[in-house]
Amino acid sequence: MELNGSQIMIEELKAAGIEMAFGIPGGAIMPFYDELLKADFPHILTRHEQGAAHMADGYARVSGKVAIVVTTSGPGATNLITGLANAQMDSVPLVAITGQVATNMIGTDAFQEADVYGCSIPVTKFNWLIKDVNEIQHVTREAIRVATTGRPGPVLIDFPKDIQITNAVYTPRESAESPLPAPREYPELDTEGIDKLLAAIERAERPVIIGGAGIIKSGASAELAEFAKAADIPVINTLLGLGGFPGTDELFLGMPGMHGTAYANFALCECDLLINLGARFDDRVTGKVSSFCPKATIAHVDIDDAEIDKRVHTHIPILGNVRDVLIALNEHLKPGDYDEWRQTWTDWKENYPLQYDWDGSIKPQYVIDQIQEITEGNGIYVTGVGQHQMWAAQFIRFNEPKTWVTSGGLGTMGFGLPAAIGAKFARPEKEVWLIDGDGSFAMTLVELATAATYNVPVKVAILNNAYLGMVRQWQELFFEKRYSHSHYPENPDFGTIAEGYGVKGINITDVNEVRNSLDTAAEHDGPVVLNFLVNKEENVWPMVPAGAGNDEMQLAPPSREAKS
Amino acid sequence: MSKNSNKNTNDDTHTIAVLVENKFGVLAKVASLFSARGYNIDSLCVGVTQDPSVSRITLVTRGDAKILEQIRKHLSKLIDTFKVMDMGETDSVEREMILIKISAPKAARPEIFQIIDVFRGRVVDVSTDTITVEVTGDEGKIQAILNLLQPFGIKEIARTGKVALTRGAKTLKGAKN
Repeated sequence: MELNGSQIMIEELKAAGIEMAFGIPGGAIMPFYDELLKADFPHILTRHEQGAAHMADGYARVSGKVAIVVTTSGPGATNLITGLANAQMDSVPLVAITGQVATNMIGTDAFQEADVYGCSIPVTKFNWLIKDVNEIQHVTREAIRVATTGRPGPVLIDFPKDIQITNAVYTPRESAESPLPAPREYPELDTEGIDKLLAAIERAERPVIIGGAGIIKSGASAELAEFAKAADIPVINTLLGLGGFPGTDELFLGMPGMHGTAYANFALCECDLLINLGARFDDRVTGKVSSFCPKATIAHVDIDDAEIDKRVHTHIPILGNVRDVLIALNEHLKPGDYDEWRQTWTDWKENYPLQYDWDGSIKPQYVIDQIQEITEGNGIYVTGVGQHQMWAAQFIRFNEPKTWVTSGGLGTMGFGLPAAIGAKFARPEKEVWLIDGDGSFAMTLVELATAATYNVPVKVAILNNAYLGMVRQWQELFFEKRYSHSHYPENPDFGTIAEGYGVKGINITDVNEVRNSLDTAAEHDGPVVLNFLVNKEENVWPMVPAGAGNDEMQLAPPSREAKS
Repeated sequence: MSKNSNKNTNDDTHTIAVLVENKFGVLAKVASLFSARGYNIDSLCVGVTQDPSVSRITLVTRGDAKILEQIRKHLSKLIDTFKVMDMGETDSVEREMILIKISAPKAARPEIFQIIDVFRGRVVDVSTDTITVEVTGDEGKIQAILNLLQPFGIKEIARTGKVALTRGAKTLKGAKN
């Protein structure tokens, strides 16, 4: 069968089970777009390429499936870079296909030419520049395999225009072949390491589990719950691990680190065995490494060898898929009983709860609390980056994995709205709530047009304090209240902006209207933007100052009357 | 520390050999891996192997054990990589080559030739005023001849990076996937 390059790629994408594209056409990718149309390939036209990347990112995080992101050459492709870096940092699979000028024009500074292969090396797991139509089949398969296996990540295929239209003989996969050529690239089970860990658990008096994104990506939530309960060990979830363990479980200690719960950080400081399951010891988690878990034997299970011993010295390294390791652990685990330790952390939970003051203004935490209440932890929760993100991580109690979509590693403001749209496409039956800040939201709000066009009923709650709130908080605490360029006194009227995009918009200034407006949004059949004018000076507590150890955590200023 | 670290001027210096796919972009990815972490490459040598689809990169870099571990792991993670080896971990032969153009008036030539002879160098070009010599050896030998020729006036040098092979029958074989 003779097909052109674009058709071959689309055949391979379909054969791999890929059924969603986000993107924007342009000169150098038009032949490919022409074939997308002819093939009736599902495609969402976005307003900015960064939005397309974040949509594919949100889509992948909640569905576990890969979407393609399609852009033209030059600016179309360079607009993707932030989205790729974001996916790379959080190990999210996506396949970017960028048009490139014709092969005989590459290197001539042709119109809309950029060295996208070179630009994307550091922000992708791997990338390709196709120079021959006969490579397309192999490269497309390989790209999908690389993106989805081992530690997942984004990949990019740079696709010159002339090759998109060059014909070649195409032999489809044999139907017997598995749709994804995915012998999961996991190392052999490290039984020796597992035995060491089991022995350490038996010896331990104050063990703690820290579950990261690896729990969610490997689908190990059930195995983690079984393990923690049988062993009687409390569980901390990193920012990206939230949802990996039920937020309402008595064994759950919340998030660790810079804005973690007091009891999670206490537990890290006091534990004698730390079992890290698929978390990468991010600096926001560890604080000063020299005072991180000072009394503990540290076990680290990770799929990526390069993460082991990267920042924190590990006593029991176990290279492997977290789920496989947990299954093996559960097989041999002796039921644990740590009464004294349990009493200690239970007391911490009771004595140092997350809390906020109640002063009649709209407290951002209150809005999140109310969202939690109406959704009962069963929604999908998406955020931008900043204070609102930390409050959401603290106050939402997740019931299931893959219901929390947040930009962790890169901390990409503007991630929220497009990611929420992508999440809703992936799980239309779920209520998707975007909890965003005014700063983050303004960076990509143009995608409201996408939500309106495709009637994607995402519910947006902007916690609008007219500040880059996290910057403001640091300036207050560490820069003697010099608020250098962190204030947006002339913030636009986001409610009206939403209406301009054809999206229902409501501005909320009275705390008594909060619940009503949330109910209205939940019931509305379509996207909604709720613009909450919240308390401007609210800070995120607890806080471990940057560069300090978790033992130097500052708790919230003494509360007047705790509400929560 | 590595067995032959005494060969190196600095204990933190390591010679790493990497077998990679012989295609465009691979070197950029290797280089990017170093630059992204702020690690320096002191010398770099790339050439095709007996298998034309495989290239051998020999690079010299510096760092403590932790940095070296990261370099090794990230090089191994690259999809185009077949095999990574710290040549210091095994007994190996290391060589580099230098071409030296020396200012050589007639009167000085006998002495220059003598030095070249001692170092088993080879004269590869002669002009009325200059001699160009080729010398191969380990870093110490190259430095020694440079020191000795310095007084005559070195006009220009060109120096390869280090290449290295393990001693004995052992090879750095990478299973191609």
